Amino acid sequence: MLETKILEALQSVKDPEISTVSIIELGMLEKIEIDLPKLTVYLLPTFLGCPALEIIKANVCKAFENFKDLTEVNVEFLLSPPWTSDRITENGRKQLLEFGIAPPPQFITETGEWQVDCPYCGSIYTTLENLFGPTACRSILYCRSCKNPFEAMKPMANL
Amino acid sequence: MTNTTNEINPSDSKNSPNALHELLFQLADDDFILAYRGSEWLGLAPFIEEDVAFSSISQDTMGHATMFYQLLEGVVAINANDLAHSRPLTERRNAILLEKVNGPGHYLVEPRYDWAFTVVRNYFYVTAKKVKMDALKKGSYKPLAEAAVKVNLELYYHILHWKTWFTQLLKAGGEARTRMIAAIEKVAEDMDGVFNLGLCEKEMVESGFIESEHSLKQQWLRLMNPILDELKVTLPPFAMKSGNGRAGEHTKDLEDALSTLKEVYELDPSAIW
Ligand SMILES: [Zn+2]
Repeated sequence: MLETKILEALQSVKDPEISTVSIIELGMLEKIEIDLPKLTVYLLPTFLGCPALEIIKANVCKAFENFKDLTEVNVEFLLSPPWTSDRITENGRKQLLEFGIAPPPQFITETGEWQVDCPYCGSIYTTLENLFGPTACRSILYCRSCKNPFEAMKPMANL
Repeated sequence: MTNTTNEINPSDSKNSPNALHELLFQLADDDFILAYRGSEWLGLAPFIEEDVAFSSISQDTMGHATMFYQLLEGVVAINANDLAHSRPLTERRNAILLEKVNGPGHYLVEPRYDWAFTVVRNYFYVTAKKVKMDALKKGSYKPLAEAAVKVNLELYYHILHWKTWFTQLLKAGGEARTRMIAAIEKVAEDMDGVFNLGLCEKEMVESGFIESEHSLKQQWLRLMNPILDELKVTLPPFAMKSGNGRAGEHTKDLEDALSTLKEVYELDPSAIW
């Protein structure tokens, strides 16, 4: 099945900054349209100013280089529906954790407070050091149990 | 630059094309110049964590500007890069408050930037932006309504960031508070320019794109008053002392910024910015 092969190819496209998590696991894939020999991949940008989007676009095109039936591959970024962090799959959350990044919390209070566990020791005694980490989608936290700083994916919810 | 699909349906905008252009230019130009002012702080913020946070916020804001220019691209058939970099001073629609320099000096030569002014300008602006996005979300132009939902998700963190600085510096008392009060006065002098919707306000409202200036300002006050009360800050009356940017009136500060930006753009028009 061509569609299965296409999804497999997309599964091979990883987040340029987190090499173990694919764009599918991040919940960026909204839909694909096959109109042979043309393929259109619709993605949801995580953050609008994210410099990785251009790289992802190029990598998606590269993933279909060996598909003889597909001679035209387009990547479109959609604004709607907005990407939210609950789109990250269970496996994506696991991969993030293995990479040393805490997955986004699934629950945020009405005041916007959130809590994540330490990805190293699992402790709940963590404090937010900097809401804005090295990239738009991550924050920097500190574990008071194992005394390690760590990164967490920011929760993004359509409140 | 990344292309975002903008499903422009000409019928949505045919009743008031000028009003829609004007609104998109205002939104794009506001974010564009403030993101530029933010990027000038790189390496100069009060401490390293703030440097990281502020540059991340400026990157988001430039992303929003790019998206608004891309929405325009579909309506005026000029590419987003040229819209951002090649329009002359008199065609710019940003509020004058946002083009003002960060402080005396140049970012390369003896910058003596004013952090209090930056905190107040950004906090007041992002709150006004939030109020506008909420209005656009309910607006009649679908591509803009969808964009507003997306921007709002990111804006949430910007508001949190600037609110923290704003309250902490005012609560600190002493010199910090004195400088913050002075900054609030300076920002208030031109804050009306941010709410101003220009000459097409009536058509914008009648076409259902956005709510009136008056309504936007009232909602801003409703959000801000409890915070200001708690900090015992009396808000000076808002004005538009330096002129109306929505009418193409601008200062030398913008002229200088645009020529710097243009130099970089002309060196390499394909540079990602
Ligand atoms: Zn730990």
